[in-house]
Amino acid sequence: MEQMAKPLTKNIRPDRAFATLADYESTGGYEGLRKAITQLQPKDVQQWVKDAGLRGRGGAGFSTGLKWSLVPMDAESFQTRYLVVNADEMEPGTFKDRLLLERDPHQLLEGIIIAAYAIQAHVAYIFLRGEYHLAALRLENALLEAGSKGYLGKNILDSGFNLEIILHTSAGRYICGEETALLNALEGKRANPRAKPPFPLVSGLWGKPTVINNVETLCNVPHILHYGIEWYRSLALGADQGTKLFGASGRVKNPGLWELPMGTPIREIIEEYAGGMRDGYKLRGFLPGGASTDFMLPEHLDVVMDFDAIAKAGSRMGTGTLIILDDLTCPVQMVLNLEEFFAQESCGWCTPCRDGLPWTVTLLKDIIAGQGRMEDLDALSGLTRMLGPGNTFCALAPGAMEPLQSALKYFREDFERYITGNNAVMESV
Amino acid sequence: MNIHTEKPDFEGLSPAEIQEINAEFSHYEDKTAVSIEALKIVQKHRGWVSDECLVAVAGLLDISTAQLEGVATFYNLIYRQPVGKTVIHYCNSVTCWMLGAEQVRERLCRHLNVELGEMSADGEYTILPIVCLGACDHAPVVMVGNELRQDISDDAVNEILRR
Ligand SMILES: Cc1cc2nc3c(=O)[nH]c(=O)nc-3n(C[C@H](O)[C@H](O)[C@H](O)COP(=O)(O)O)c2cc1C
Ligand code: SF4
Ligand code: FES
Repeated sequence: MEQMAKPLTKNIRPDRAFATLADYESTGGYEGLRKAITQLQPKDVQQWVKDAGLRGRGGAGFSTGLKWSLVPMDAESFQTRYLVVNADEMEPGTFKDRLLLERDPHQLLEGIIIAAYAIQAHVAYIFLRGEYHLAALRLENALLEAGSKGYLGKNILDSGFNLEIILHTSAGRYICGEETALLNALEGKRANPRAKPPFPLVSGLWGKPTVINNVETLCNVPHILHYGIEWYRSLALGADQGTKLFGASGRVKNPGLWELPMGTPIREIIEEYAGGMRDGYKLRGFLPGGASTDFMLPEHLDVVMDFDAIAKAGSRMGTGTLIILDDLTCPVQMVLNLEEFFAQESCGWCTPCRDGLPWTVTLLKDIIAGQGRMEDLDALSGLTRMLGPGNTFCALAPGAMEPLQSALKYFREDFERYITGNNAVMESV
Repeated sequence: MNIHTEKPDFEGLSPAEIQEINAEFSHYEDKTAVSIEALKIVQKHRGWVSDECLVAVAGLLDISTAQLEGVATFYNLIYRQPVGKTVIHYCNSVTCWMLGAEQVRERLCRHLNVELGEMSADGEYTILPIVCLGACDHAPVVMVGNELRQDISDDAVNEILRR
């Protein structure tokens, strides 16, 4: 029962370092692939995943089956297609894909092979962040195991379908996780994002149709194929489908990561799974899904972890890993830490982001140093608009503005205290 | 017409490095795509990427040195200056910052008597900051060489530097 309720983590057990091929097969591993490749047409597989209601776990929540169905499959000239796995996990506060990569590598490989079959790609790249050394070892080993069992390579399971999976390890830069920057990085170029259109689905890696999916997204796929659409649609509690890895970090009693149904209330994650706040600390707010999501408040605890529900509460589910702000941590300094990250990781391609992020950092530092003026808060608000959606080349800058704009709204008195506190000191001198 | 008469110079590289880089070519459409792998291979052998090596790798990949330099400097994990035998990366992203990353940095630097990015006098260590290592539920976190170390306490810092 437990196994069926937690498909993504059923093979991840405290008593073993990781699931071997035999471990993976013993719980139905590679059965989804067998079904897909021997009983279904590529278009059917796309339809299954679409009907299951799987939405991308990389942050944007785009329908996975729909994405696959937009790849040109007919024209002769489009014979080469690529599948690229986004395993660049670098969003601060996010620690979900590493678990899947290190502890159950075959689950990802099976997802990749099924996805590649669905779009008829014969080469797939795993774009892995350079710091994930253990994940790289486990994947390399799993690739050999899968090849020797006929799940990978030429004529997979006697179906006539061929696939080669290549592991690419990056060298550390957050922007590489943006899908078009990732394509440039894979081509060995500077990882600046590309203009869209054309979209990668039509013209991606080396100009060929390319699907880019997150690690966790692909890990859902084998189970949909193996256990069926109806089963998958029975897992969740709310409007979205399936289970998801949710996490919490910060000053909670029991920080961690748990596979839970989509639609789980945030309160349950923080109070039950994470055990509530550490003694002596109160909950002040939280970022629901990594550094580039808007703050939410204790009053939002009953919102559920669904893409649309979180959006309605003014934020984004992002990666689903909560970053907890306690009452003894200064939200202004926390935002400074986040903006320093974004300023450092900006690729510098477009002016608003290249200039605006360092300016944001300078203003925040001045405020914290007691040298801020009330006008600086207006300047910060102005920046959140200037770097907002539509004004920059990619979503890094708008993402950077999300925690800032919500902090200005919810924690304004903390900003003002630095400024007026300073005035009080000046007056008393 | 090619006005370059100089032969591309791979001589800065060892046969092992050249062989490993050549082996990567089959995985990609063209040689340019091997840039990162090639730089990482050189770094694995030498600890860092010198100007001389950069020129040699560019020659091997048939791209300009400027283009390869643009790629090399883009990434946090390609070192263009010598580093200690073991690089200790401490995470300075949000959760680790909240739970004591600065204390970890101070302790590491004080023990080794170095600034960030400097090599320790015995050539053993360099301390560098790094972004979120994907282990925020065990903050603060450091990476010692290739190994992730979690829940870093003062004792853990002492232990890392003693071995
Ligand atoms: C700055 C930036 C960084 C990103 N980093 C990642 C990442 O590390 N992993 C990831 O899966 N998606 C990341 N994304 C989202 C990808 O662009 C893309 O939407 C995703 O990989 C699509 O996969 P999915 O549909 O399976 O979610 C990032 C986006 C931006 C703008
Ligand atoms: S928004 Fe920032 S990261 Fe994105 S392209 Fe522009 S400069 Fe680069
Ligand atoms: S913030 Fe340090 S590991 Fe994520």
